[in-house]
Amino acid sequence: MAESTSKTQQISLSKGLNLGLRRALEDDPKVLLMGEDIGKLGGVFRVTDGLQKDFGEARVMDTPLAESGIVGTAVGLALAGYRPVVEIQFDGFVFPAFDQIVTQVAKMRARALGKVSMPIVIRIPFGGGIGAVEHHSESPEAYFAMTAGLRVVAASNPVEAYWMIQQSIASDDPVVFFEPKRRYWDKAELDPTATPYPLYASRVVRQGTDATVVAYGPMVKTCLEAAKAAEEEGRSLEVIDLRTLSPLDLEPVFASVRKTGRLITVHEASVFMGMGAEIAAKVTEKCFYSLEAPVLRVGAPHTPYPPSRVEEEFLPDLDRVLDAVDRAFAF
Amino acid sequence: MVTSRKGAGGKTAAAKKKAGAAGPDLVQLLTPEGDLVEHPDYSIDLSPEEYRGLYRDMVLVRRIDAEGTALQRQGELGLWAPLLGQEAAQVGSGRAQTAEDYAFPTYREHGVAWCRDVDPVNLLGMFRGVNNGGWDPNEKNFHLYTIVIGSQTLHATGYAMGMQRDGREAAVIAYFGDGASSQGDVNEAFVFASVNNAPVVFFCQNNQWAISEPNERQFRVPLYQRAAGFGFPGVRVDGNDVLACLAVTRAALEHSRSGNGPILVEAFTYRMGAHTTTDDPTRYRSSEELEEWKAKDPIMRMRAFLEKNKYADEAYFKDVDTEADTVAADIRARCVALPDPKPISIFDHVYAEPHPLMDEERAEYGAYWESFEGAH
Repeated sequence: MAESTSKTQQISLSKGLNLGLRRALEDDPKVLLMGEDIGKLGGVFRVTDGLQKDFGEARVMDTPLAESGIVGTAVGLALAGYRPVVEIQFDGFVFPAFDQIVTQVAKMRARALGKVSMPIVIRIPFGGGIGAVEHHSESPEAYFAMTAGLRVVAASNPVEAYWMIQQSIASDDPVVFFEPKRRYWDKAELDPTATPYPLYASRVVRQGTDATVVAYGPMVKTCLEAAKAAEEEGRSLEVIDLRTLSPLDLEPVFASVRKTGRLITVHEASVFMGMGAEIAAKVTEKCFYSLEAPVLRVGAPHTPYPPSRVEEEFLPDLDRVLDAVDRAFAF
Repeated sequence: MVTSRKGAGGKTAAAKKKAGAAGPDLVQLLTPEGDLVEHPDYSIDLSPEEYRGLYRDMVLVRRIDAEGTALQRQGELGLWAPLLGQEAAQVGSGRAQTAEDYAFPTYREHGVAWCRDVDPVNLLGMFRGVNNGGWDPNEKNFHLYTIVIGSQTLHATGYAMGMQRDGREAAVIAYFGDGASSQGDVNEAFVFASVNNAPVVFFCQNNQWAISEPNERQFRVPLYQRAAGFGFPGVRVDGNDVLACLAVTRAALEHSRSGNGPILVEAFTYRMGAHTTTDDPTRYRSSEELEEWKAKDPIMRMRAFLEKNKYADEAYFKDVDTEADTVAADIRARCVALPDPKPISIFDHVYAEPHPLMDEERAEYGAYWESFEGAH
């Protein structure tokens, strides 16, 4: 497949995933894709576009419309030696499969005392900002991150998406893979011959000295824009893309906070019980004497995701990030 | 051993009666009185040794089960889920499987485990609380017990889809109960198996009670008829008739192995004991009902059959009972000798690959636990 091995090319995040999946299908005959509308249609976000045509219906499966069934049969396929990559069409539709993911996928290896593995990837487009109807804009990552036995990652840009999906498929542990829905059409330059960054590692994506901002998925771009705006106001923000939510890789965050003394966490999910809470607790524990201000958290209010006409106010944006930065400096 | 869905059937056994008492929609080959009856679609013709083998299996399985209950009563197990009354359904379906077939059990399939040569002590670990399963499912093609009702039917279907892709000449058998038939996962498994034409036999032991809830609380159409709506055959078998269970399950597995897709077998049986050792069935069902089913006991009818046909004598039955006691004593001894897991071992198998939080917590909790005198 020349497409996936050609040199540098401009790709969207959706295309990055598509190319990554294509390579995984090429590299390992045990890799299977499963999901609703992923075959002929290529998925509602076109992430699997053309893959059924090239790899056949036995490897790129249009499944019945039943999420628990998709994940439950993926468990059986994994037990039979396959590496299923499951697409959940939207974040809000993962809950019918929640039981299979939490009760079966996450625990199977421990129950078997390591005698079986669950190399399953569960892809979930997540987050809002696209003017969608109810149940199409949610950020359920913390549910999965708190479940032992799962690994949880979130890609933030096209290049990361390309590499991270392949690394997740190669992992012998189950991975819940969050895709930033509103960034599917963002573009970036991909060099498929580059060496990928490790999967379970966070990454400093902008150096800074005055405050640290940590985010993942769709909010990484927002935070980079905020850092740019802050720079014009004379403040230097260090931005960290968390990338992995379970396990967390906080050493780069600790190192950054020891330098800046201030930390702001940012995600679309609600502040209450969100990933930011765990990060704040850990940073307080590990960097107590370096902190110049309490760790501040930016996220959504603790309400159901609102009608889309008010999602702009509901979701964190550049201004909310900068407001938190201001508050951190007010201490 | 010969089994066929159509055909002449057994010639070696004593004269057969025509089917009747069991009703037209219930496959029965052996009456509660121990007489063979004919069925238009199913027959069985075994050697005396094979007939005796089925009897022996059922007696041993019942004895192992009784030992499980006794061990719980004596505090050696935290819980036990007795199979009393379901021996024929489990041994019949268990002996129908080949080594290449794969079984996905609930938490009550001790008899199926026996037929698949799984060490009964493996089953006790979970009920004793020393592990949550722990055996290697691929060693005997017998998956871990599944506690959440119905989940395993989807695993079975997915496994069958894998077999299909690998071109394996085998089938999967998914066990579940009458209560599970209400679960979404079971119905989704029917859908996935059907549209994929997956080689999976759905084996429902309808033991009449989902803890305290009778069939009337779960469905209004006989279970085996539900298969039709999903586009595959369904058959109801006398679940207390080990010969019928063997014949029907063999035919069902062959059906699936041969590329004909899924099939549902409803084994109509009765849970003569409690749901688990925490349950009190006298609160929700009558003693008359229990007595009625005791008269259909799967072991007694097989014994009557062996006696009538002079396939076994008193000495044989005595030998089996003695063997059962020996097996039970061995299981008891090994059960009480099962060591508690070391607390630190809880971190060992959560992930396949290195995980920093596991390492961090293993060190932290390990140091804390070690700080006590007499720590492990």
